[in-house]
Amino acid sequence: MKQIDAGLITKEVKRLVMEANYFLPDDVMEALKKAKEEEKWELAEATLDKIIENAEIAKNDVAPMCQDTGMAIVFVEMGQDVRIVNGYIEDAINQGVREGYEEGLLRKSVVGDPLNRVNTKDNTPAVINYSIVPGDKLKITVAPKGFGSENMSRLKMLKPAEGLEGVKDFVLETVELAGPNPCPPIVIGVGIGGSFDRAALLAKKSLMRSFDDYNNNPFYADLEKELLELVNELGIGPQGFGGKTTALRVFIEYYPTHIAGLPVAVNIQCHATRHKEVVL
Amino acid sequence: MKKTLTTPLKVEDLKDLKAGDDVYITGYIYTARDAAHKRLVELLEQGKELPIDVEGAIIYYVGPTPPKEGEPIGSAGPTTSYRMDSYAPQLLDQGLLGMIGKGKRGQEVKDKIVEKGAVYFAAIGGAAALIKKTIKSAEVIAYEDLGAEAIRKIYVEDFPVTVINDAHGNDLYESGRKEYLEWLKEN
Repeated sequence: MKQIDAGLITKEVKRLVMEANYFLPDDVMEALKKAKEEEKWELAEATLDKIIENAEIAKNDVAPMCQDTGMAIVFVEMGQDVRIVNGYIEDAINQGVREGYEEGLLRKSVVGDPLNRVNTKDNTPAVINYSIVPGDKLKITVAPKGFGSENMSRLKMLKPAEGLEGVKDFVLETVELAGPNPCPPIVIGVGIGGSFDRAALLAKKSLMRSFDDYNNNPFYADLEKELLELVNELGIGPQGFGGKTTALRVFIEYYPTHIAGLPVAVNIQCHATRHKEVVL
Repeated sequence: MKKTLTTPLKVEDLKDLKAGDDVYITGYIYTARDAAHKRLVELLEQGKELPIDVEGAIIYYVGPTPPKEGEPIGSAGPTTSYRMDSYAPQLLDQGLLGMIGKGKRGQEVKDKIVEKGAVYFAAIGGAAALIKKTIKSAEVIAYEDLGAEAIRKIYVEDFPVTVINDAHGNDLYESGRKEYLEWLKEN
């Protein structure tokens, strides 16, 4: 049994929340630059230019790229041969969030109760999703999620008869309703199947993939590409000012589902597609 | 077309602005978002005086990150504006002339903008590190207990925004997309 110290988890989570907020992942930056080259509409090209410049300033100044430094979404994949010592894993993660948001000068955007709305002042708690996997590694992914885009996300329980067309329509309708609000160009996470809760989790989890990582199933990989083309025919464009680049990428994850159901969840992510991971 | 504006605003300053114009703002503007708007409108409903003078003012919908030592403000990009839609018309009635945020406004706000000759600008959502460079000073002037959501008076120099809703009823979120799609058909 491999032992991992809770203190190490805190230290790594602290580092990840800070780095995620300052440094846009390389694949996202490349996608923005490629989109700019392909964008022929002047205002759209100029807007993409400013978004790229912003990411460069954030990196050079070691400053948050967006003032909404998010709620910390954390995915933990824990090998079944790992044992955490000297503390409870959840406390260790939240301590890392607390220290990272304070020291990293990140905005504290979490309220302790959704209706009484008092700020917890340290951005805890994180939203933590655990899975147990084979092996003796502990993988932690930290994704600060802004709510301008999170608020534009939707879930629907489709009828099985609505099928593929129903899924496509729902994704396009969600992007249409969101319009300029989620800071396009967006990244779209789609979860199909499972149950009500699983579909939403799949949609969120898909956003953790790198841009060159297509779904392993060729049918769904093709659907990722097709949906991106359809979304980029809407004309919403960067910031909703008009243009081709409404989205940079569509990710799909699927799961077996019930004979009576076809859940579909669409999680919208802004251009500040922030995530960092570590394997311990 | 690039234009400049200096605060405080007058209705005449805004009548030539058109949806899609790039505008650079210089002068003092206020920051406020959800919680501060709720308090401001509660004061108005009680017939009490506001802690800021909104006459000819611009309110920027932002909750910045904490500043680094020696800097006036942290990263400071716009938040989504529709959450302020239920409060904005009452502030426009008090003489507010400009709002900066991102995303669509409701019909009631758009109608009030036309009625008052006001304007709604968008700053680039997520361009918080870039925008920060145009903010030269910042001072919390009300609701300090709200932290990032407190009302700040900030001095900006050439703060870059785009006109979304002008005083003539135009909306860039509708016209920009329409023009792009028409251009696409022809090219």
